[in-house]
Amino acid sequence: MADHSSIHGVVADFASPDTLLDAVKAARAQGYTRMEAYTPFPIHGIDEAMGAKPSILGYIVLCGSATGFTTAVLLQWWTGTIAYPLVISGKPLFAFEFGFPVMFELTVLLSAFAAVFGMLGLNGLPRLSHPIFNYSGVAGSSDDRFLLVIEASDKKFDANATKDFLASLGAEKLEVVEA
Amino acid sequence: MADLAFDPKAVEQLSPPLVTGQPSLHEVTEAVSIHTELETHRNWYIALAISGSITLLLGSMLAYLISTGIGVWGNNNPVGWGWDITNFVFWIGIGHAGTLISAILFLFRQKWRTSINRFAEAMTLFAVACAGIYPLVHVGRPWRAYWLFPIPNADLAMWQNFRSPLLWDVFAVSTYATVSALFWYVGLIPDLAIIRDRATTKLRHTIYGIASLGWRGSATHWKNYEKAYMILAGLSTPLVLSVHTIVSFDFAVSIIPGWHTTIFPPYFVAGAIFSGFAMVITLMVIARWVFKVEHLVTMTHLENMNKVILATGTIVGYAYATEFFIAWYSGNEYERFTFINRAMGPYAWAYWSMVSCNVISPQFFWFKKLRTNIPFMFVLSIFVNIGMWFERFVIIATSLHRDFLPSSWGYFRPTIVDILTFFGTFGLFITLFVFFTRFLPIIAVSEVKGMMIQTEHEKHYLPATTAGSPESVKAH
Repeated sequence: MADHSSIHGVVADFASPDTLLDAVKAARAQGYTRMEAYTPFPIHGIDEAMGAKPSILGYIVLCGSATGFTTAVLLQWWTGTIAYPLVISGKPLFAFEFGFPVMFELTVLLSAFAAVFGMLGLNGLPRLSHPIFNYSGVAGSSDDRFLLVIEASDKKFDANATKDFLASLGAEKLEVVEA
Repeated sequence: MADLAFDPKAVEQLSPPLVTGQPSLHEVTEAVSIHTELETHRNWYIALAISGSITLLLGSMLAYLISTGIGVWGNNNPVGWGWDITNFVFWIGIGHAGTLISAILFLFRQKWRTSINRFAEAMTLFAVACAGIYPLVHVGRPWRAYWLFPIPNADLAMWQNFRSPLLWDVFAVSTYATVSALFWYVGLIPDLAIIRDRATTKLRHTIYGIASLGWRGSATHWKNYEKAYMILAGLSTPLVLSVHTIVSFDFAVSIIPGWHTTIFPPYFVAGAIFSGFAMVITLMVIARWVFKVEHLVTMTHLENMNKVILATGTIVGYAYATEFFIAWYSGNEYERFTFINRAMGPYAWAYWSMVSCNVISPQFFWFKKLRTNIPFMFVLSIFVNIGMWFERFVIIATSLHRDFLPSSWGYFRPTIVDILTFFGTFGLFITLFVFFTRFLPIIAVSEVKGMMIQTEHEKHYLPATTAGSPESVKAH
């Protein structure tokens, strides 16, 4: 394996989601493992084609929900029975019945925070820069272009051979991108 | 059925066009982004000057209220809740359509939501901002408003009463505002990246670059993003139902005749969706024309929203009838009196305005000619908004103004401060929209593109399937 430390990878620029998806499958069949696609909208089936694992965000959100619910129970129980016990209209100091709305709202609130910040964390955002932005046509990837990058860290990576291979898959533009 | 699949007209009928004129992906980007990039139009400054002045009026009314006291409003004994709570419920209800479109229709895989969800979510946020003002200032001493939250503090030296629905409301409304803002922002991230990528100046590139958090639309990004979006939709769906349920608890948990009923939660939720969709129609009819996006927000979208207005309006009408039936059937004389008084007492004018706007007017939408007529739906949506404002006013004023003892009877009249404050909230609402439509993409570009590609695939596969039934369309 040659030294590619100054190269991020080879970008192949496709015109449609279908050609991109075919290219991903072909690259996997060829034995490439380190690749990433950049698209203007989510392409269904691309995660399976790339061999990506499902998102673990659901588990993060579950932790958020549990925290929210527990906080709401403890808050209402502790303030109502220990910190400031006060009988109002003969109602109990603490009960799940009247406590439910606040439990529900805090569960939803902390789950939503976990979903948003968990998503950003898993995606490594916010981030000021990334090698893909060195690609001259990167603006197209949020408009109507579909990019496939085979990264230099891939064991099979070889700037010229990888470029030729991607050209054979119907890429309309190819570029080696600096890291 | 087999020949149906090859008939383009039949295909059209199965899936009416959500995007007309077959624009390319790039043309969609262009159509939505361009209004944030052009030189600021003179009309924009005119709109801002008008709505900004009305917002300043709101500010001065609130300053006068806070520096003087609640007495500047028409609130009295026995009508302790007047326009403040009426307007609070009115605005919060408007917001609900936005969440319904962004969350519930998303879970039901209603593709037509993609063109209107951004706009409707913005409406939610701005309406909640207007709503939030009222409970804050009506506490009388807004500088003590943090007492509403369970924050340990020395000057209060006690804790909140979690048995009170008013405290539940604090949690419901603040959670709703926060989650709506998060949902809206998450939806915006990929579209802010589009504007960043199109930026021609360093300043625009930096500002939109920071706002889009470095989004690059990689497959990994989209994977986590789609998951987050689905979870947020799943959370927002029960949330939006809970918010208006809890708002209705503010009334229903009390023992005031006319308020103390179990029908309130579903009735309030249906009313909220009804008024919210009417507001979306009012705003969208103007926006699609001003920003020339008639090919992205099509008649299909408007007609679908009008169908929702018809359905929820009918539920609201049914709820009014049920309330009256239960008042009679319960045998409770106070309850009966309240309802007879509502329809025939001193507030009969408000009651019948409400019934004509909310029960009668949406029924016109049974006719396809009328629900696809833009001027007609515009006028009707305004009627619905007026009617739903009256609904909240009728519920509050008629239930309070005649207390159990005739010696405690009164009548609520708004003061000029009440009227100008309410007028001012429209200024705030419109000012926020004026800024939104200038600087942010008003249509969820990446979602519309994804929907276009998906629809194209479905049409492509349709002739290959044996029958053109809706089930076989969905299978792809």
